[in-house]
Amino acid sequence: MSSLLTPDARAALSRREFVKRSGALVVAFSAARFATDLGLAPGSVSAQGINGVGSPNLDSWIAVGADGRVTAYTGKCELGTGLYTAQLQLVAEELSVPIDRVTLIQCDTSMTPDQGTTSGAQSHPSNFNHANLALACATAREAFVQMASKRLGVPIEQLAAADGAVAVRGDPSRRVPYGDLLGGNTFNLQLNPKARRKPASEWTVLGTSVPRVDFPAIATGRFEYVHNVRVPGMLHGRVVRPPAIGATLVQVDEGSVQGMPGLVKVVVRKNFVGVVADKPWQAEQAARRLKVEWTAGTPLPDQRTFHQHLRSQTATRDALSVDSGDVDTMLAGAATVLRSTYMHPYQMHASVGTACAVADVQGTRATIWSATQAVWPLRNTAATLLGLKPQEVRIIFRMGSGCYGVNGADTVSYDAALLSQAVGRPVRVSLSRRDEMSWENYGPAYIIEQRVGLDPGGTIVAWDYEGWSLSLGGRPGYNAPGNVVSGRLAGFQPQGVQPRSPAPAPTGALDNGSNTVPSYCTGAIGGSSRGTGTVRSERVLSHVVLSPFFTGPLRSPARLQNTFAHESFMDEIAAAVKADPVEYRLRHLRDPRLREVVTAAAAKAGWDRRPSPRNGNGSRRSGVAAGRGMACVLYEGDNGYCALVAEVEVNLSTGLVTVRRSVAAMDCGPVSNPDGARNQMEGGIIHGISRALREEVTWSGDRVTSVDWRTYRPWFLGDPVPVIETVLVNRPDAEAMGAGETTVTVTAAAIGNAIFDATGARVRQSPFTPERVKAALEART
Amino acid sequence: MSVIRLTVNGRAHTVDVDPTTPLLYVLSDDLELRGPKFGCGLGQCGACTVILKGEAVRSCSIPVQSVAGTEITTLEGLGSPENPHPIQQSFIDGQAMQCGFCISGVIMTAKALLDRTPNATEAQIRQALANVLCRCGANLRMIAAIKRYQQQRQAGVPSARTERAGAGERRTA
Ligand code: FES
Ligand code: FES
Repeated sequence: MSSLLTPDARAALSRREFVKRSGALVVAFSAARFATDLGLAPGSVSAQGINGVGSPNLDSWIAVGADGRVTAYTGKCELGTGLYTAQLQLVAEELSVPIDRVTLIQCDTSMTPDQGTTSGAQSHPSNFNHANLALACATAREAFVQMASKRLGVPIEQLAAADGAVAVRGDPSRRVPYGDLLGGNTFNLQLNPKARRKPASEWTVLGTSVPRVDFPAIATGRFEYVHNVRVPGMLHGRVVRPPAIGATLVQVDEGSVQGMPGLVKVVVRKNFVGVVADKPWQAEQAARRLKVEWTAGTPLPDQRTFHQHLRSQTATRDALSVDSGDVDTMLAGAATVLRSTYMHPYQMHASVGTACAVADVQGTRATIWSATQAVWPLRNTAATLLGLKPQEVRIIFRMGSGCYGVNGADTVSYDAALLSQAVGRPVRVSLSRRDEMSWENYGPAYIIEQRVGLDPGGTIVAWDYEGWSLSLGGRPGYNAPGNVVSGRLAGFQPQGVQPRSPAPAPTGALDNGSNTVPSYCTGAIGGSSRGTGTVRSERVLSHVVLSPFFTGPLRSPARLQNTFAHESFMDEIAAAVKADPVEYRLRHLRDPRLREVVTAAAAKAGWDRRPSPRNGNGSRRSGVAAGRGMACVLYEGDNGYCALVAEVEVNLSTGLVTVRRSVAAMDCGPVSNPDGARNQMEGGIIHGISRALREEVTWSGDRVTSVDWRTYRPWFLGDPVPVIETVLVNRPDAEAMGAGETTVTVTAAAIGNAIFDATGARVRQSPFTPERVKAALEART
Repeated sequence: MSVIRLTVNGRAHTVDVDPTTPLLYVLSDDLELRGPKFGCGLGQCGACTVILKGEAVRSCSIPVQSVAGTEITTLEGLGSPENPHPIQQSFIDGQAMQCGFCISGVIMTAKALLDRTPNATEAQIRQALANVLCRCGANLRMIAAIKRYQQQRQAGVPSARTERAGAGERRTA
């Protein structure tokens, strides 16, 4: 299996060659044919969404060889979350073949369908419901049953597919293997939207904890990450980034590196500077030695007052997610009005491995081995960057270090492509830690102000949200290479912010993709109420301003920041009316599935029903106070339910917070792989703890100062981790939802609420560093 | 450039490189080994860890010339996918990783510690891993996998690998 997982990059097989070698049937399948299949002129750039355009042709997804081996093609890739194994399970289950007879080819623009981007917890919903890979497998299985019906002269009702063959029910001797049925041919069928998925009650492979097929190779150092791709004649590149934000190139003194051993070329394109050498160490030394003159940078706003600065911007792009029109009236008439402001920092992806890519650009052909989440979009933007046509570019996905969103994978793919084009030979680029951390697309800072009106009984009658965040660049998509630093340096503009005020009235149905709307609101727009709560008077107004730093999706983008504000504020409201935080949440939630995860997490945690803060806490003698907090979310408004209880201890003299226990309940529809889902939930919690307690991009003057693991310190393996307990609410007959980003979304709020429960101190700025906690403790009245 | 002899995973190699090249670069680029990874190049994350004379060492931060002639063990030197070392098996059994990019640092650091201190307490294990980073947050499973391996060792579960290690060396030398 491992050899299939890590096909030798040097071979750079075309689909045709691959299929030949793997014993499956040959499918003539050039990139041009693909474009025609998709109804696109070759090279045309369509405005595909996050999930690409897929393919209506069964042969684009599934090939079955005469030997019965199945090759499946997917446009959703393994990012470390277990998706590769889960997709193998899906194919094995839905096609009724043993899992070891399935080969899965992921994300290669010359072989796999365009499924856009693997992100936003969209892979599970996209490939595990009634479209794409799942539908292809169901279509293929039904096609086999029909072929067998003809072959055996038996009506399809009397046939069943199992173990890679179709057999007569009750007479297993009358059986035809798939390989015989198809005889090494293509299906020549379209995906059948009516093809029936196997009911979850019949699953034997999907829904079980199949171990990750890539772990044996990974644990023994055999797995081919993008960092391990080696191509004959490959050189090594190193980039030279500007020293400060806004600095532009004045001149490069090539003489400063003349005669350095192994140096092949100094490459300059607009503000992009890099060197290419025979060996990585030579490239690194040359990059260090190269004399480059830059203009001064642009002074950055003072970090200490950054959120106020953000709050005071006037050139904003405004959006109303929901507006019932009566919020001001309701607040004016409310028995009580509460208000609070929450602040979230810029944070970074901070992958363990810096980004790396290999590019081979020679004339009008380019191949890039990349850990991008988006092979098809990258194909287009790399073509733009290189002045080629998209069909002249091939992107081959190779897994990188876990990315958690747009880390440096696209950035470094451009770096490698630019350097390779300049020397006409394959070039590998691996970023330095400082270059990666100084210039990556950070998750943006937020400041969020909220008000609620309460009736005399303490029930919320109006909720007003106003939030400010920042944006610059982002995912390059199909046409914006300037959205990441290397593309911008090479002369392409990043997507900025087009001011728009006032915001247009919301139309259509609620789109809560960024979780701007609190769970407790009805989300009523134009007669439909797609929110999960009961509060009818609701206004959610967001402002986006231009960011001084590149920004981009970081695990639970915007959802985490918004949920931190909503769920912390909800806790404040419950405390103000002396209600139990769980009971108070349930009082305002109407979505039964969200209510159920809240109840399930509370039950598992042994939640003691009482208002926060805990009485007589802060045992002065031990100097440590303990408390518990809850937070919940329906991720993206429709993509995974989660509730989490955190139990913390707060050191009252140092302000240090330790999370002791964390209990999470999740409902993401049918669970494809329970252990894999748990692994994601646990990882999300640790990631969430790291971000809630420690992580903050820092800067000073005109440059970023969090540039290594000392200045940007996530949770290391020696740091204390809580006991984690997970509850999976399995809903076999519901739609599949995202599972990878739910717990990370609620962790900060649950911890903040637990700190309040323990101490009575509310920390409204994340991360909850000892200094901030101490300040909040001192501010208690 | 100078010719340097290295012994890696029981196999002798001769490389002609700048003697100040970090060991990691020689391992991953000249010898094309996939175990040790580049994480920071600053000695801060552990991704590049190898075992040298029983010590877990960050190969990004030592020049190759300083280890000439010393036996170097990388992650792939412990076991293979078909025949993993018990500590690797423990990580596989416990599904104790996600992207796995950090795994050299975790496994090699833990192995060196337990070779030296078989009865290390959990606090000692955490101390040894204090500067090893897993960004995917597989922390709990990793600590559990290390402890499971430790218990097996303590219980004297015979390790097929220890015997086979000699054979492996002969085969690849
Ligand atoms: S790469 Fe050596 S410690 Fe990070
Ligand atoms: S498993 Fe991804 S960094 Fe550890």
